[in-house]
Order: sequence, then structure tokens, then C-alpha cells
Amino acid sequence: MAEPITRADVEHIARLARLALTEDEIARFTGELGAILDHAADLAALDLADVEPTAHPLPLTNVMRADTIRPSLPREEVLAEAPAVEDGRFRVPRILDAP
Amino acid sequence: MTAVEIAAAVRSGQRSARDVLEEHLTRLDAREPEVHAFTLVLADEARQAADTVDATVSRGDDPGPLAGVPIALKDNLCLRGTATTCGSRILEGWHPPYTATSVERVLAAGGIVVGKANCDEFAMGSSTENSAFGPTRNPHDLTRVPGGSSGGSAAAVAAGFAAIALGSDTGGSIRQPAALCGVVGVKPTYGLVSRYGLIAFASSLDQVGPFATTIADAALLLDVIAGPDPLDSTSTRDPVPAVSPLLHGGVEGLRVGVVEELTDVDGIQPEVKAAVDSAAGALERAGAEVERVSVPSSRYALSAYYLIAPAEASSNLARYDGVRYGLRVDAEDVATMNAQTREAGFGPEVKRRIMLGTYALSAGYYDAYYAKAQRVRTLLLRDFARVYERCDVLLAPTSPTVAFGIGAKTADPLAMYLSDVCTIPTNLTGHAAMSVPFGHGDGGLPIGVQVLAPALGETVMFRVAAVLEAAAP
Repeated sequence: MAEPITRADVEHIARLARLALTEDEIARFTGELGAILDHAADLAALDLADVEPTAHPLPLTNVMRADTIRPSLPREEVLAEAPAVEDGRFRVPRILDAP
Repeated sequence: MTAVEIAAAVRSGQRSARDVLEEHLTRLDAREPEVHAFTLVLADEARQAADTVDATVSRGDDPGPLAGVPIALKDNLCLRGTATTCGSRILEGWHPPYTATSVERVLAAGGIVVGKANCDEFAMGSSTENSAFGPTRNPHDLTRVPGGSSGGSAAAVAAGFAAIALGSDTGGSIRQPAALCGVVGVKPTYGLVSRYGLIAFASSLDQVGPFATTIADAALLLDVIAGPDPLDSTSTRDPVPAVSPLLHGGVEGLRVGVVEELTDVDGIQPEVKAAVDSAAGALERAGAEVERVSVPSSRYALSAYYLIAPAEASSNLARYDGVRYGLRVDAEDVATMNAQTREAGFGPEVKRRIMLGTYALSAGYYDAYYAKAQRVRTLLLRDFARVYERCDVLLAPTSPTVAFGIGAKTADPLAMYLSDVCTIPTNLTGHAAMSVPFGHGDGGLPIGVQVLAPALGETVMFRVAAVLEAAAP
């Protein structure tokens, strides 16, 4: 199938997944993900070029609902669950000109 | 008392819902400290709800088909204003602003919520040991796991803390703990029950379903929660027939296939295999035709599942970013805040699956892993379609083993994943399956036999389950 998973792969994937992994976790996942992907190597032996992929068990496309207006969740209730709020909005750390 | 008996007694005024509830709470108080089935017990709220049901009966009104029936909700089902954790630190202290449709239907039917049941973090696990709030223990043997991920729901029903429970099943998370705790567990056809308000793990596989001590109770709960829901575009469009009225149709003339690949799976305990044979014999004596059948692609199902489910999870769990709800670890900039929040909030198994899923979807590996797994899913659908031309239902073990020891598989993720090997194919196909208690194995622990049916085959599946229940040793 693919090359064995390396420490550099794990660091790259952790960046993509927004996980600030510790040194220990990077080492552990390098071994564990390798073992799990080895188990998936049995799929490599299958010639499935002519088999269509299935993404979903139901043959549904574009399920429409009536375009009727209904109330959304109360703003105060939703914001009450947020870690930080300012002026009725979610507050986050600096995005522009971030270091 | 079964849920059917409780509802009948409460509706007719023979027993008060409050009295029934207190019986369950007494058992809960006595054993919950050692079992730890719940992340949150809602005793006061349940007493109020029971009193409301009793007041409805006194007025001469009908509280509904679950009148006064105590129920446990897996802690990944939202209940408005009540802490919902998914077994994760990242959602600790979060109060959902809405209620899951399945839960709304239980409440509207007169059900009494006794608590939020413990589960593996984000339903990822097969033992409930991945809960950030500590493991649940098997009520039959406290040194063993209850199974997972809906281990709290299964344990709560097995210990008599609740008459019934709701769980979710993405790869076996209802059926496997049901088997290990000696109760009935149902994974309905994908789309039969609304997923609105079920916190997403793998959206093309997740399905809400019932736990109960009897087949009739499981049917009662399924009939309450099943049906179309405009809030879930993948829910069934058509009304579904009730299962309960047809439970006792018997199996005369039905064709039953015993799935070879799932019954001869590596590591299966001889007592479990014998239970499947014995269940097949019971169905034959009741008039069914039994044959052995082969589903060749099912041997690839586990590998396909552990690419597809983590891939979907890595996308679904992107929403836990420290912005809108749950935990935030503050940092100088947003990306660092996201990464540190997720690092602190997620446990090891959730991180492992996010990593695995992100890898399987990443550039250069997509075709080799995710796309290949999706093609295996097509093979499975074809193989099952072929077998269901000859058979009305299929029979297999639910779990290759009885309940294993706490800590036995926590160091080896692959060994843990293998405990789902018999349940996973049904999630990939979107079909229906259920686990029925059938005898005991190693250490006197319960064994579950699995009945599988094609999409929307719940009616015939429950008929078969009812015959097995009556024949169980």
C-alpha cells in the first residue's frame, strides 16, 4: 500500500488536525498508526478498480425541505455556552497579523 | 417489572410512576457507586417528571406508551439545559440548547429520564474505558468491562437502574455492550431513527437505538423513536410500521442463514460459537429453514471501517475548536488556541482516530485508504444483497467473547477494535441488526446472539428475536 508511517508524517498530520501533540504522543502514534494501517494492508490486495465507491448507505441526493421561516436558537442561550463572548458575538484571539 | 408492564400499570392507575421510579432509584443508590453507569443522575428531575405523569393519569388523560418508564440516555444524546459530555473533557459543563428528536419522542411518550449514561469518549471504544469520567463496570462482574461504547446504557438496564435505555451504534456500540451485559440491544436500519441531537461521530454509520431486558420492551421503545424527522435529512421519508404488534408471528417457513465468516472469526470463544449453533437449532425446531451462508467481503469490513469511521470523525470533530462551546485553552493566536484546546480536551483514543482519519483523507493517501474502503463498502452491499435473496434473516455472534477484564485491551488498540468484528458489517451496509441474550459462557457471563436483517427488515428481525428469547437457555 503506502510507505510506513514516519514521525514526520505524524507531525504533519497533527498540524492538519490542529492537535498540539506532546513528544510522547508523537512517538506513540507513529508506532500505533503504523500497526493499524498494517492491518488495513489486506485491502491493498483487492483489485477494486471496477467497483464503485459507496459513501453512504442510502441513495439520497439533495433532500429538500419546505422553505419556511422558523425561529433559530435563542442567541443568549447559545452565547451563554461559549468560552468567551463580546458584544453578542464569539470572542477569539487575534486572527489578523497573528505571529 | 418490564417496561411494557410498567407502562400498562401506570396508564391504568394500578401503580404510580413515582413508586416505580423510587424502586429504580433505590437500586441505583445501592449499586451505582460500584457500577458507575452514569455521568449524571437526574433523580430530582425524574421525580418531578414521574409526578407529572401521575397527575396526568389522575386527570384521566393518557401520558403515552412509555408512561412512567424509567430510561437512561447515552451521554451523546442532547437534552436541553442538561449537561451533555459525550464522555469528553472538551464538552464538560456544556448544556445543549436543544433536545435530540429521539429524546423528545421518549419524553412525549411519558418516559422518565433517570440520567445520562457513561460512554467511551465521542462513542469511540468497545469497553467504556475511554470515558474521561472513568470506566463503567459490568454489573455481572465488576472486574469486567460492560462493553462499549454505550456501556453505561447497557449497565444501567442490566443493573435495574432503568427499565430501558437509548444508545448509539456506529460499529456495534449498542449490540456489543448489550451482549456483554446480558440485555437486548438494537441497531435499527440507518435512517429509521432521527440522528438530530445525537452528537456526530461518523455520520454515514451512526444510528440511535434501544436497550431493554425483553424483546417486547425493545420493540416498544423502537416504535416510539422511529419515523421521519424533518430535522434529519437522512431520516426515513415514509412512516414506518410498528414492530410491537407483529412480535409473535413466529418463524415458520422463514429462511435463516448462519454467516460463516462471522461465526468462524479468529479468537471466537467456543461457548459463543456453540450459542450461535444452539440458537440456529432453536429456530429450526420452531419451523425455520437454516443454512450456512458466506459473506466473503465481511472479512475486509473491519479494515474498511477503521478507515471510514475515523475519516468521518476527523471531519465531524473539527467543530471542537474552543470557539463556540466547551473547553478553551487560551493562546496568543487562533491556530494555537485551537490546537492546545484540542490537545487538552480530547483523550488518547479520540486523538488516535482523528490522526488516523486525517491521514486516510490526506493528499497522496486518499485513494489508497479512504476510497478503497468505500469500494469495500460496495462489495459488502453486493454480498449481503445476494445472501438476502436466499435468506430472510442472518445469524451471527454479537461479540467473539464474553465480557473481558478491565484494562485487558487498553494497551492494544487493534485488539480492542477486533471486539467489533461481528457487528461492523451492518453499520457499513446501513442494515438492521440486534443482539439477543442467549446463554452464558466463560465465568457464567452472558452471551449475545446477533440477528441481522436487510434494510427496514425490523419486523421479521424482531419476530426471530422473540423466538430466540423464548428458547434461550
